Amino acid sequence: MAYSVTINGETREIDAPGEMPLLWALRNELGMVGTKFGCGIGMCGACTVHVEGQATRSCSMTLAAVDGKQVSTVEALGETPVGQALQQAWLEDDVMQCGYCQAGQLMNATALLNTNPNPSDEEIDAAMQGNICRCACYKRIHSAIARVARDEETANV
Amino acid sequence: MSEPITLSRRLFLKSSAVAGGGFALAATFPMAARATAVSGPADLNAFITVHPDNSITIVGKNPEIGQGIKTMLPMLIAEELDADWDNVTIEQADTDAAKYGPQLAGGSFATPMNWIPMRQAGAAARAMLIAAAAQRWGVPASSLATEPGRVVEKTGSRSATFGELAADAAMMEVPEADSLTLKDQADFRIIGRAIGGVDSPRIVRGEPIFGVDTQLDGMVYAAFERSPVFGAKLVSADLDAAKAQTGVIDAFTIAGNPEVELVDGIAVIADNWWLANKARRALSPQWDNGEWASHSTAGYAQAAKDAWAAGRSDEVFAAKGDVDAAFAEADQVLEAEYSYPFLAHVAMEPMNCTALMHGDGTMEMWAPSQTPQGGQQAVASYLGLEPSQVTVHITRMGGGFGRRLNNDYMVQVAAIAKEMPGTPVQLIWSREDDVRSDFYRPAGWHKLRAAVNAEGKLTGWADHFVTFDLGDGAYNPAAMPAEEFPAKYVDNLKFEQTKLKSAVPMGALRAPTSNALAFVMQSFLDEVAHATGKDLPTLMLELTDGVEAEPMTQGFVGPQPGFSAPRLQDVTRKVMEMSNWGQPAPEGHAKGFGFYYSHMGYFAEVVEASLDERNNPVVHNVWAAGDVGSQIINPFGAMNQVEGSIIDGIGQAIQLAVEIEGGAAKQSNFHNYPLPRMPMTPQIHVEWVLSDNAPTGLGEPALPPVIPALTNALFALTGKRVRSLPIDKAIFA
Repeated sequence: MAYSVTINGETREIDAPGEMPLLWALRNELGMVGTKFGCGIGMCGACTVHVEGQATRSCSMTLAAVDGKQVSTVEALGETPVGQALQQAWLEDDVMQCGYCQAGQLMNATALLNTNPNPSDEEIDAAMQGNICRCACYKRIHSAIARVARDEETANV
Repeated sequence: MSEPITLSRRLFLKSSAVAGGGFALAATFPMAARATAVSGPADLNAFITVHPDNSITIVGKNPEIGQGIKTMLPMLIAEELDADWDNVTIEQADTDAAKYGPQLAGGSFATPMNWIPMRQAGAAARAMLIAAAAQRWGVPASSLATEPGRVVEKTGSRSATFGELAADAAMMEVPEADSLTLKDQADFRIIGRAIGGVDSPRIVRGEPIFGVDTQLDGMVYAAFERSPVFGAKLVSADLDAAKAQTGVIDAFTIAGNPEVELVDGIAVIADNWWLANKARRALSPQWDNGEWASHSTAGYAQAAKDAWAAGRSDEVFAAKGDVDAAFAEADQVLEAEYSYPFLAHVAMEPMNCTALMHGDGTMEMWAPSQTPQGGQQAVASYLGLEPSQVTVHITRMGGGFGRRLNNDYMVQVAAIAKEMPGTPVQLIWSREDDVRSDFYRPAGWHKLRAAVNAEGKLTGWADHFVTFDLGDGAYNPAAMPAEEFPAKYVDNLKFEQTKLKSAVPMGALRAPTSNALAFVMQSFLDEVAHATGKDLPTLMLELTDGVEAEPMTQGFVGPQPGFSAPRLQDVTRKVMEMSNWGQPAPEGHAKGFGFYYSHMGYFAEVVEASLDERNNPVVHNVWAAGDVGSQIINPFGAMNQVEGSIIDGIGQAIQLAVEIEGGAAKQSNFHNYPLPRMPMTPQIHVEWVLSDNAPTGLGEPALPPVIPALTNALFALTGKRVRSLPIDKAIFA
């Protein structure tokens, strides 16, 4: 049967088995390959998307479970102020090495700053520890998130 | 069973062997190709296209795995071209050995191999632009200079942009590489600047750029079922049951071919990879696991103990002096057994490759490979084609770490695509496939002995190394060099080895051999230092005191400086100063030191560590002093490599191992192969020791010393010696 999912503001009909993970519906049914496959068991965070605004591992969320829901992916990250600020910080700080995990890192970091605009160092660690970076760019990911939080706070004063 | 790895090693070397000298610019950049572009964009050589609007396209020839090479090599070209970097766009080259020379990501070779040739490519184009301006204005070339993006008169007012000159420049004679004068270091405008990765803007927007992002019209997806037991043969499988699964298009068996690292298995094809992978469960494959199914890490470890107990080795591979006398006359004899496990690479982007067999029998591939030229040859050999009949597009890779030096997945998808001509196929491995079908960092076992005389001098050094027999391929990731430190600095020496047979595939993991030997040798030297009442950096300085740098030697990439004890001494002193080595660490913390020379780079590192309430090691600070020559080409990329290497090494030390049980890897995914995560990140302090040597690579040399620096810190903290990796926290109880 077909499922109806609103992805980055556009409602899409997806005709695939309900138990198919959202990740593979995005990548192979819709050709939206920005969301990455890393482990398939929700342990690495490379496939992180937002479902109803919540950071969600799309490899472990079935298509049936997102029927009728709002999903946003890295392809639309730049449309939000926080997402755009993080993208910019990522480039200015040259955060990445291979870059494969960064879509997931950025989506997770955006969800963090959306719910906690001024996280402590420990809160950044705690929120980001589900996202593996095999190249271990953790120092830069951490400092880029902290800098965006600081800049946003300054902007709001 | 035949050795599983040899062909790839040969291909790897073959594609690297041409690296030595520079290249003939004129031969590489045929005039005919350039002459066709008189009015549009002008190709000045294989790497540089200048457009009429003065924008410049530079080709990045090597595969990008996250080491920053797609940014760094074009920086070298742009520097000598005197391009305005803001007007430069980088394009990834396809695989073409004739056009680009060697294209590989491995061994930290790219910097030493390309430091001169890439700059020559830029300088040649610059000379042609100047020649074109000289001709246009009727002045000698010597009266002209360049500023970023333009040719100017040294005294005079005329100037022209590269874009205005490009069409004429393309018709100029290509200068001999030797005739070119390269810039002085003081004149660099681009080299030495922190420049962000050229692909990063696309990556943060989620644009398709990695191998697994390849999408072609009508493309189908393949999953591959193999036995988890290495060396197994396929007996039977229920192909019809798999074909009956939702979305499945086809399922067929693939016969193994060890010459090209192809294993027996079953391909399942579907219009969605998840469906293809799921249908594997219906296959019910039967395997003949053969003699290898009884193999295990524990069995290998027992074999090592048996070899030591029997004093039985296959060969003595280094000896000097009279080692028996040294031990007989010693004031102290130290003896210890060290070991380290198999490790997997687990690049974030699982192994994958896309292939299309065209109607004329030629093959086109989109390959995330560190050795695409080797992959091209392997696929051609397997299919009975010429390499020129296999087009290999090089994709960006989500990490390599040495895993993608082996091109088994390229041959695998070629074997699949051959069965479905006209249909593009994307093969993807699950993470479980990746962890359980790796070419692992070899495990190893060392029984070490050290003799110390009454004056506290190290007089004898012996190792009985138990490793694996990987055949006689030119590159052996399970080997130990005869000159392994401190071999050259001890009068009496004996290295012997026992080689175990195994079907476990083994290969190069970032800083191969060094990532294991640094731990063993720097730890045991730390034992010697403690036994003689000094610390390890002091012992290292004493052992190499007054030793001069060795002369130039013929290395893997051509002439290279021999090992330099003064460079060892410089980075050692530097890191002692950076870390306040003589001062105690904060309460409950301790510091440890490690040095290692690998991939032509010298790194001395100090780790400050503690144990948490559950005796888990915690790393607080790492200080690293590195000497990779006269120039850090891109400080952004360089620092990223060092920070990543350090965290990578800490992860290996604390929590990573692949165990072989029943002839197969026991680990399968991140729940039991737990890579480091953000909370493990220490403060990392890096300083460069610049030396009068050509720059060398940074993908690897910062990793090895951090492991012994950590375990030596834990000894300083607890008095307990870590002699086996990963660290068993039970020893601290």
